[in-house]
Amino acid sequence: MKVNGFVHPAQRDPRRLLSDHLRHDLGLTGTHVGCEHGVCGCCTVLFDGAPVRSCLMLAVQAEGHEVSTVEGLAVLGAPLHPVQQAFHECHGLQCGFCTPGFVMSVVGLLAQHPNPTREQIEEGISGNLCRCTGYASIRRAVQRASELSQQTPSPLRGEGWGKGR
Amino acid sequence: MKPPPFEYHSPSTVEEACALLGSLEDAKVLAGGQSLVPLLNFRLARPSHLVDINRIPGLDAIYERDGGVAVQALARQAGVEDSELVARVCPLLTAAVRLVAHRVIRNRGTVCGSLAHADPASELPAVLLALGGHVIARSARGDRVIEAGTFFRGVFETALEPDELLVEAWFPASPGPFAILEESRRHGDFALAGVVRAADRLALFGVAPTPVLADPADPARGLRPSGDLEATPEFRLHLVRTLTDRAFAA
Amino acid sequence: MTTKWFGERVQRVEDDRLLRGRGRFTDDIQEGGDRALESCLVRSPYAHARINSIDVSAARALPGVVAVYVAADLPFGDTDLPILIPHPNLTHGRTQRCLASEVVRYAGEAVAFVVADSRYIAEDAAELVQVDYEPLPVVITPEVAAAAEHLVHDDVPGNVAAEMLQEVGDVGAAMKSAPHRKRLHFRFERGAASPMEARAVWARWSDPEQKLTVYDSTQSPTSIRGGLAVLFGLPESSVEVIAPDVGGGFGPKIMLFYPDELLVPFAAMQLGRPVKWTEDRQEHFLAVNHERGQVHEVEVGFDDAGRVLALSVDFIHDAGAYTPYGIILPIITAAQVPGPYRVPNYRVRFRDVYTNATPTSPYRGAGRPHACFVMERTLDAIASDLGLDRPEVRRRNFIQPDEFPYDLGVAWQDGNTVIYDSGNYPALLEKAMQMLGPRPAGDHIGMGLGAYVEGTGVGPYEGAHVQVLVSGKVVAATGIPSQGQAHATVWAQIVADELGVDVADVEVTSGDTRRFPWGVGTFASRGAVTAGNAMSVAARMVADKAKHIAADHLEADPADLELVGGKVSVKGSPDRGIPLAAVSVLANPVRYAFGGGTEAATQFTSRPRPGPPLQDGEQPGLEATGYYSPPGSTWAAGCHAAYVHIDPKTFRMEVLKYVVVHDCGRVINPLVVEGQIEGGVAQGIGGAFYERLAYDADGQLRNASFMEFLMPYATEVPAIEIDHIETPSPLNPLGIKGAGEAGVIPVGAVIGSAIEEALGVSITEMPLSPLKLYELSRA
Repeated sequence: MKVNGFVHPAQRDPRRLLSDHLRHDLGLTGTHVGCEHGVCGCCTVLFDGAPVRSCLMLAVQAEGHEVSTVEGLAVLGAPLHPVQQAFHECHGLQCGFCTPGFVMSVVGLLAQHPNPTREQIEEGISGNLCRCTGYASIRRAVQRASELSQQTPSPLRGEGWGKGR
Repeated sequence: MKPPPFEYHSPSTVEEACALLGSLEDAKVLAGGQSLVPLLNFRLARPSHLVDINRIPGLDAIYERDGGVAVQALARQAGVEDSELVARVCPLLTAAVRLVAHRVIRNRGTVCGSLAHADPASELPAVLLALGGHVIARSARGDRVIEAGTFFRGVFETALEPDELLVEAWFPASPGPFAILEESRRHGDFALAGVVRAADRLALFGVAPTPVLADPADPARGLRPSGDLEATPEFRLHLVRTLTDRAFAA
Repeated sequence: MTTKWFGERVQRVEDDRLLRGRGRFTDDIQEGGDRALESCLVRSPYAHARINSIDVSAARALPGVVAVYVAADLPFGDTDLPILIPHPNLTHGRTQRCLASEVVRYAGEAVAFVVADSRYIAEDAAELVQVDYEPLPVVITPEVAAAAEHLVHDDVPGNVAAEMLQEVGDVGAAMKSAPHRKRLHFRFERGAASPMEARAVWARWSDPEQKLTVYDSTQSPTSIRGGLAVLFGLPESSVEVIAPDVGGGFGPKIMLFYPDELLVPFAAMQLGRPVKWTEDRQEHFLAVNHERGQVHEVEVGFDDAGRVLALSVDFIHDAGAYTPYGIILPIITAAQVPGPYRVPNYRVRFRDVYTNATPTSPYRGAGRPHACFVMERTLDAIASDLGLDRPEVRRRNFIQPDEFPYDLGVAWQDGNTVIYDSGNYPALLEKAMQMLGPRPAGDHIGMGLGAYVEGTGVGPYEGAHVQVLVSGKVVAATGIPSQGQAHATVWAQIVADELGVDVADVEVTSGDTRRFPWGVGTFASRGAVTAGNAMSVAARMVADKAKHIAADHLEADPADLELVGGKVSVKGSPDRGIPLAAVSVLANPVRYAFGGGTEAATQFTSRPRPGPPLQDGEQPGLEATGYYSPPGSTWAAGCHAAYVHIDPKTFRMEVLKYVVVHDCGRVINPLVVEGQIEGGVAQGIGGAFYERLAYDADGQLRNASFMEFLMPYATEVPAIEIDHIETPSPLNPLGIKGAGEAGVIPVGAVIGSAIEEALGVSITEMPLSPLKLYELSRA
């Protein structure tokens, strides 16, 4: 399977969750695990471009597919992806544990709705739990990310992310 | 919260999948996995075999058939949500699928999986029932059309035989006025109670072991819903009456 | 002191790595070569049972299993775990053992510990551990516990762990002579903090170094270190405890100890390999401390104007199965019922009772949401009885701005009595009502309001180390860890102001005993007051030292120098200065200087100074360690108000408008404080209408998942409008008060008040739900 553009050998243990595989076999610990029953959204990654819960997929299912994690949005040293930048500017994170999941959900949301309405923002982030921010700053961050995405030239626009399906 | 051990099978054709289902003891089909994998993680489901159908090509179509919409086994809920065909032919299904969990879940979850899982509080079984749709079950023995009215048997129970794979669901065009209304504690949660109106037909969910058809004039008649932390039987009946009034007032 | 950074909306310095997925949480740790062994606790399915036998042979035999421990395998297996904060009134304190071997007293209590190659295998093995339980009668709910038909602990009569009665004034006489009297009953169900990161521990024993390294998602690494050193007979210098990035805390991540905090280091030492344990969400619900369960009986006497003359509160607090945290929670509730109001005669009694449920300890708000609800609902009842406007009843009862310091006369959590340091409560209310504005049109809309005070910044102390490197960059460290409160940013603001440098040049480490070994912890809204002031103290010591060193070389009086723009300069003559980097070089009088400041420094080294290079009382390095120990708590306050719509048929709640006016003294960073408030209000909304832990009569937690424990999503949390007033605390040099818990405290009272008006039903309990409102509206 391809993760953030790099090919990785297959996972053999069929019951290993994709979330555990990413974190502990590939060392991509930016994908977090908050509930392992698909409610909290901390483990959200892009699977062939669309955000999914990595705790609800088996690693073997990702064989032959493309997975994108938060580490792939901006390489070390490069400026933040517009969504990441917007979360920073709007104080959209506190402890940072839910943040990668939110960021990946929002990347998916903006790929679907580049200029989201209030309702689309609400719906787009409604599958992720945050216990720190009370969501107000995250709503603002999505709005800001939409603006930044349109100002920032490709490839930082997030094109290629979240196109899928 | 890690899945217990199981044997994993990844057939590449429907025939192969049906052969596996026909020969394996205690096998479960893995499609979207948005209900099954949590159950595995909680170790509440412990199938000996998982038959993952996701690598079967050509099983994800959404197409027009017999004046309605056919949704194949691997069509994701998000695909149905975004389908212009569905919006045109069966806008009730579009409205309903938007109430299923959250977009990220719908990106992976399948319509057929929701039907086969048969959670009494879920929306799509009630929509199929309200519209009078059907599913197609395939096995080595051949295809079988199962009408919605006979498909749902009980809590998490359907008319599917262990060797059968639900390959397609068919939703008739939604006629005339339609509505789907539900009360859930949080946005995206399973409903405490819900109603689906398709013209003058009414189906209820969350108030019986299966979705049920009801009389719009007296929707709660004969119902004996169960109680839980968020709703007593009485509250469920109250909600059903309220939601029915609202669905038919529109 | 210049105040260049203090008070500014400085964007957080900790964001970048967290946003890139390069945060470092405990489960992310991989250190020391070997991949850590993974582990799992076997937990009791029974709420109360005698253990007849435990057979781990099948579990030990499973391939991939490295070790299985029961109590008998532990050198500390017979030791009761400590009580974090003992109290003389806690006459019957009880704590659990690391692994239960005789009796289990809540579902989820640990009985065995499995270490394996992976968590998957550890869970397989846990299922193979055979425990023969003999069920015992179960005590659930505080009322059942108080009735004491069955006992949680055989040797605790009446299930009462502690009892405390306090009286200020003469309640009996005042009640008797009051023109009006009223009795009220309030009930609060259990809730949970539920940080997004559950708990985790990683440990490694280095035999060559004889050193134990522990990563722990704790709110108090310094305490864990001290405890582990004692338990394992190691000098503290051989134990390192690091709270790396911690994914939210909100209270329950502070214990001494959770069993895993001993078992993981123990196993790592035994097995000679790193061992980790990462809690899953289900066990987090079962085994991490809860809060909020209380039942109150209230009597109030008041006059025709609605003024409270006497208040008597008798409440039961649900301790759960053990009292590892002492009785802080009911003490706080007892102290905080009067809130911002004058209660001339106040009597409060509590009983802390055992139940067969998960133990309780502070969760954001810590006994205060209850206290606020009791007082605010009582004032609403007075308003209703007298036909008075609800805000007007508050106005008539507020402690006035000229009455500070105000001594409440009841016990506070630090052992002193409650003394409010400063505040302006009437101003909070007026501002809130102004922000709330006119009532929206429509039916079934209610207005709610609630005011509160919060004792913050409790001692005993925190410390900080600040050092200017020879590069001119500044590093600072404190013992208390961050769980998202932006410590690295706000400490940097404080230090940057003292040293006249840019915030970006200050790097803060917190919660790592390798960098700062002393301290207490992050809880009780105390970080900003205690560690913030400690940072200020340490940084000022560094500034003074810099001035003295620079004074020699600038031929100036230290009093005439200032630190501005990364230099020490003569006031008014910025050209006459020396970079801090150079001062740092000079601060270490070695023969050879290193680093960026060398050049600037050496031009001065030709200037001889009589006496030895390090004179009496001088220490090398431009660094200092400072401590701050508060003389008493700082009292933050606030007022919330809202308009709420309730659907009269489905009982769905919609918050139409929610306003907050908040006073935490001088605000270091409004961005951070507003984030704290917004998050607190969201937790308050959860606690008011969504979240409750539901036990059945057998002591089984029926909703131990995020599917059923209804933490709000964005769709359930309204937009919030926030404004501040500032009444600086006279107790600390920075004038600050804590802000961490404030947001959550009055939300239940506000929502309850609003719903009562919207539906015309009496609201006396928390949390509410559509079902509860349906039943109330039919009664």
